Amino acid sequence: MEHKNWNLLDEALGLHNNDNDNAKPWPLCGRFVLVEDCVDTSAAFVLHHILKRSFSSHPSSAVLFLAFSHPFSHYDRVLRKLGCNLTAQRDNGRLFFLPMLMFQCPGEGKPNHDGLASMFEQIERVITVLHQDKKSISIIIDDISFLEVAANGSSDDVLNLLHYCLTLTSEYGCAFIALDHKDIYLNDGERTAVILEMEYLADILVKAEPLATGLAKDVHGQLMVLDKETHQHGISAIKSYNFHFKIKENGTECFYPGTKIQ
Amino acid sequence: MTTTRARVSSFSRNVSTVTSQNPGLKHGPNGTMLISSGIPDLDKILGGGFPLGSLVMVMEDEEAPHHMLLLRNFMSQGLVQKQPLLYASASRDPKRFLGTLPSPASPKGDKSSDLSHEKDIRIAWQYKKYFGEPQLNLNSNNGGQQDYCNDFDLRKPLDRHLFSGNNVDCVSIKDSPNLSSLQDQCAGFLAKLSRNEGNISSAGRIAIQSFCSPQCKYSNEEWHMLSFIRSLKSMTQSSNAVVVVTFPPSLLSPSCSLRLQHMADTLLSVRAIPDEDKELAKLLTGYQDMIGLLNVHKAARLNTQVPVILEATTFSIKLHKRRFLVLECLNQAPVDGSSGSSYGTSGGCSGSTKVGTLDF
Repeated sequence: MEHKNWNLLDEALGLHNNDNDNAKPWPLCGRFVLVEDCVDTSAAFVLHHILKRSFSSHPSSAVLFLAFSHPFSHYDRVLRKLGCNLTAQRDNGRLFFLPMLMFQCPGEGKPNHDGLASMFEQIERVITVLHQDKKSISIIIDDISFLEVAANGSSDDVLNLLHYCLTLTSEYGCAFIALDHKDIYLNDGERTAVILEMEYLADILVKAEPLATGLAKDVHGQLMVLDKETHQHGISAIKSYNFHFKIKENGTECFYPGTKIQ
Repeated sequence: MTTTRARVSSFSRNVSTVTSQNPGLKHGPNGTMLISSGIPDLDKILGGGFPLGSLVMVMEDEEAPHHMLLLRNFMSQGLVQKQPLLYASASRDPKRFLGTLPSPASPKGDKSSDLSHEKDIRIAWQYKKYFGEPQLNLNSNNGGQQDYCNDFDLRKPLDRHLFSGNNVDCVSIKDSPNLSSLQDQCAGFLAKLSRNEGNISSAGRIAIQSFCSPQCKYSNEEWHMLSFIRSLKSMTQSSNAVVVVTFPPSLLSPSCSLRLQHMADTLLSVRAIPDEDKELAKLLTGYQDMIGLLNVHKAARLNTQVPVILEATTFSIKLHKRRFLVLECLNQAPVDGSSGSSYGTSGGCSGSTKVGTLDF
């Protein structure tokens, strides 16, 4: 494998640890990464980045992608510019793209969990098949808030589904990556359960925020990455990273505040 | 001179190629096709127009009908280009609204050249001869774009024959207990514009006015409305259509409003400005001509991960000659000298020459 240019985001996610080492599992295996953003700053680029890295991490890695917000054509174009051909990966059986754009749980009066239960069965089926091939698997959900809308606002059902997905991470060693919009919950007194519980469960928390000074051409926002690492003594240490980013078509430029060299 | 035209540099992306088969469409970045918003200035601000397959949300000012200006021009532009239109509103007779749509300004050229000449003369009439050459270029450019985007005369109603045809559907959502009938209608409308056919023959427009307004019976069922917008968004993504939805955010719970904002590909908001706000009048140049403010919160980014960063996000809505809708960058008036501040020079952001309160 050729030398890769790791950036700060890779470092913060711990992805740089297995450079040139295919024997080691992917660093995100068995971990839950929660990505949070807001209206002003979208963090979809973090998902694109992880998606790209997970394909290049190991020749036998596979990704299960649950798309709620964009169709395949969008991701195909975005990832192609990042240097990753999703159509080819899908044909190779390394990408399982489940379009959930039209997914809708049955309406009121009927039990909600039918829709979500069948969704989870679908996920589990794919994972068990992939696991037999000894692949390291990542599950990516591109928008939890859309999942909530699809579940008619039943946060309990959504949390159940997410919990089940989390059990897969411990059972099969999958990586679980999910995007949610933090600002939705900030002004909402009752319905904060989803985000609070997710934040608690997350192993790595990625927060994207706009700059306090407003929009800028050269700096698109700031990322805060919290890595709740657990040591063998049971003492957990939180590593935190703060840096600015600029999103480009072919990647993301990450730099510490004030250190950008033109 | 304060219009967005001044910001177009030679490095700007050339997106003005009108496709040969359809004058209402042009190629945008990242393999998208654009249609016009019906306001030339808004097209320029957004980098060409609304991309097909995108959802545009407009946050209303609950006290003023400024969102109607955007909606009217959007609908008129489509009708002029014979594009199918679906219009839904909470009024009893939505068809009547079509009578209030503006008509495109009388033959091209004379109005635009009239406008720019007048401006140049005001700058420096004695240098007029030096403007001769670029002026011609500009006019020819306008001529080429005329078909893609018209200037609409807000005082002239649209020709009746343009909207009496069968390419216009009107839906009243006032008395329907839920959104399923509207959803079916949108689905039927969008199915005709499905993207699979390769060659784009026509683009459709859906305009939904005052979605979730309290007249609608479903207005207290937020999840129902959210899932409608979500399914509308995903249907639109696979079709050659643009959906414009206006909604009053203050009538919704904050989290519901934010969810809608997240769903939007392009997010705009309009605000009226109070009639006699002395402080604001002192702060902004040309305050008297302004009728409102337009905020661009999000510009669509289909097929790309790079956010669109605009040079300005707030624009003033003005009526040129009381007829044409014009968007301009805000110009801060120079700080009054009598206030004793030494920051007078930092006042105008793009060099306003019209109003100078400083007395040299």
